[in-house]
Amino acid sequence: MNDETPNDRGTGAWLRSGLPWIWLTAGTVSFSLIMVFGLLILITLRGMGHFWPQGVVELTLDNGERVLGELSDSETVTAARVRGLGIEVPEGQELVDRYLIKTGNRDVTGSDFRWVTALHVTETRHPESVFVAEREEWGNFYGFVEGIEENGEAIASGDDPWPEIAARMERTQALRERIEHIEKDRMGTVNYELEHLRLRTRELELENAPADHPGYAEIAADRAALDARYETLAAELGTLYEQIGRDTLIARTTTGEVRKLSFAKLVRVFQPNAMGLGAKLVHYFDKAAEFVADEPREANTEGGVFPAIFGTVLMVLLMSVFVTPFGVIAAVYLREYAQQGTLTRIIRIAVNNLAGVPSVVYGVFGLGFFVYFIGGSLDALFYPEALPAPTFGTPGLLWSSLTLALLTVPVVIVATEEGLSRIPRSIREGSLALGATKAETLWRTVLPMATPAMMTGLILAVARAAGEVAPLMMVGVVKLAPSLPLDGNFPFLHLDRKFMHLGFHIYDVGFQSPNVEAARPLVYATSLLLVIIIITLNLAAITIRNRLREKYNAAEA
Amino acid sequence: MTADADGAEKQAQAGLTHGVGTQALREGTPRARAEAPATCLEVRKLNLYYGDKRALNDINMTIPEKQVTAFIGPSGCGKSTLLRCFNRMNDLIDDVHIDGEILLEGQNIYARGINVAQLRRRVGMVFQKPNPFPKSVYENVAYGLRIQGVNSRRVLDKAVERALRGAALWEEVKDRVHDNALGLSGGQQQRLVIARAIAVEPEVLLLDEPASALDPISTLKIEELIYELKTDYTIVIVTHNMQQAARVSDYTAFMYMGDLIEFGETRTLFTTPRRKQTEDYITGRYG
Repeated sequence: MNDETPNDRGTGAWLRSGLPWIWLTAGTVSFSLIMVFGLLILITLRGMGHFWPQGVVELTLDNGERVLGELSDSETVTAARVRGLGIEVPEGQELVDRYLIKTGNRDVTGSDFRWVTALHVTETRHPESVFVAEREEWGNFYGFVEGIEENGEAIASGDDPWPEIAARMERTQALRERIEHIEKDRMGTVNYELEHLRLRTRELELENAPADHPGYAEIAADRAALDARYETLAAELGTLYEQIGRDTLIARTTTGEVRKLSFAKLVRVFQPNAMGLGAKLVHYFDKAAEFVADEPREANTEGGVFPAIFGTVLMVLLMSVFVTPFGVIAAVYLREYAQQGTLTRIIRIAVNNLAGVPSVVYGVFGLGFFVYFIGGSLDALFYPEALPAPTFGTPGLLWSSLTLALLTVPVVIVATEEGLSRIPRSIREGSLALGATKAETLWRTVLPMATPAMMTGLILAVARAAGEVAPLMMVGVVKLAPSLPLDGNFPFLHLDRKFMHLGFHIYDVGFQSPNVEAARPLVYATSLLLVIIIITLNLAAITIRNRLREKYNAAEA
Repeated sequence: MTADADGAEKQAQAGLTHGVGTQALREGTPRARAEAPATCLEVRKLNLYYGDKRALNDINMTIPEKQVTAFIGPSGCGKSTLLRCFNRMNDLIDDVHIDGEILLEGQNIYARGINVAQLRRRVGMVFQKPNPFPKSVYENVAYGLRIQGVNSRRVLDKAVERALRGAALWEEVKDRVHDNALGLSGGQQQRLVIARAIAVEPEVLLLDEPASALDPISTLKIEELIYELKTDYTIVIVTHNMQQAARVSDYTAFMYMGDLIEFGETRTLFTTPRRKQTEDYITGRYG
């Protein structure tokens, strides 16, 4: 180009050729892609890394103090800032490195983290014998094993106490599972039935039944039986608790303090510095599985998020069940039956605008209309015996699903209408010409052909609903739900219960937890999980839609 | 029938006396024939308006039973519109207003209280572009019967085979009746649509340019099919292909600008047209 045309003409030609336009458009697409993948990669790395066992470092400071823990962050700050904190820095040094060490042992030192200035570190070691204990309370423990006690008496464990510790951990774990089973399932059922009896008594009282009403005797008999069952369970529990408290691990912190850790309170004990790659992998997947399948501990900052996953998925599924028929029927009326005119145009504009209303407004509406008005009325009509404790007149799963269904119904209406309008006229005429009525044509031909469009609407609805948090905070989501909305007690699906949600969990762990710093990796892991769940739900819907589309493929050509 | 023919003669004369083109001229049932075919459809003073615009002017004609009647004429002359009046397909279009009568075996299909779905079962229709439903070949053919509440597998199997044989498609699709109909070729799809229409055993079959979207071989097959079908059905076909009209039809109506210009036996109309306009059109001077 240069040797044929002068430079200015070359630029003009370049502009006219449309190349800059192509570069601009392609650049915009690339930029969007980079942002999206950057986001995904960031939360994947941070989230997946959380479960990898970190090495434990022991730092000796120049004042003889020793710090033991995981290196969780390091940064370079100006010397002035460090001096301002009262730490001595030699003259002439402008910048100082410092490390954030997760020292754990909150019960000993009062905090989980500690900053150490690199200047003061005289020795760095990775002692093989150090161990980490994940506990049910007080966060992690970092230290060294001193010995094992059984019923308060030390037992010989030889040079290597670890086989002994592993065996005792296993025993404790088995006991813990039994305790959990009794507490959650069996006692839970008894409590549920007792509550049921209380409500029945109240019901009889409300009916002004005479004191010799046979119902009372029946209830009393039932209650006695349940109480007896409860007593048995409680006795069983007492024995188990005694057994589980048998063993104690004697541990020494790096500063020389000795602590007794009851095995009953230990979730996991391991020696990160002594682990090989295989052991680390096992540990990693074990932790990841715990995260997905277990319940949260320690104000949601430890353990798993299973109830939140369950709540999110169940809520989205219920929302789909509500929103699809509602949106489709509305769209059918608007497109097929309503006379097309000013009124339908206004309705369409209104529907589109509904999609733009901030979601928190829906939350307020859901609280006022569903929870207080409809829920309150339902309680007054059907659950008077439970009052003043509300049954449906309080935020819960049902109202959350309905609120989100309301939030997403415009999307389904618009997508379905779009699909209906794309069914060729010739198909409708073909059906009518065979003697089908309009309704028959709709049911047998038009609606089946519009199912891919409906699925598109549903996909968009699910994508939006799964990510909503703000309205849910008002109509049903809680930080910690005592029980899942689905269990073995009749009627199995408890629509009145409050539930946990991954989106809210992220907010709660990230901003409301007592130890935000320690919970940060968990925020990434939970975000990753939420993204994976939304993608999975969407992929499922997209697969179904593509199947349907294949079936009706050529009809749109 | 003689009365009818006399009436036609009178109207023809009236048309002549009223002068040029605007008045429909009706050629009655040809008297030359020994056995004149019975009347199937009779159109009386039919006017059709799209909004304020008049699209059909005072059409009068009788369509004979079990014969092929072709409507020819230049684009926009109203031949398809007239055809769509016979099964009230024009009802689906907003702003259409119709006056006059169409009698199907003596009964006015535009009378009050007529069940339109019932009417369309008696008057089947095949459109210009093949429009099979995105279902299997079998379900396409069975559609009309299922609508009528026939769900017995045995009855449907028989009816589907009969209809597909009737439409000369059975041999080609018998091994894949449960495959999607959209996988058939254009010509096969059009014959499938005909099979679908005859499966409900209508009395009249309306064909709206059934071969215009097809290749010559498929067109030939459709034409052969029309020839066979006329033993059982009264067929009305719209075509803008004059050779086709000459080949397949027994009677031909020439329309122009919403008027029925001339109607008569195909052979007569093509060899000795009475009206100048007809002659001009047939000889290709306009259209």
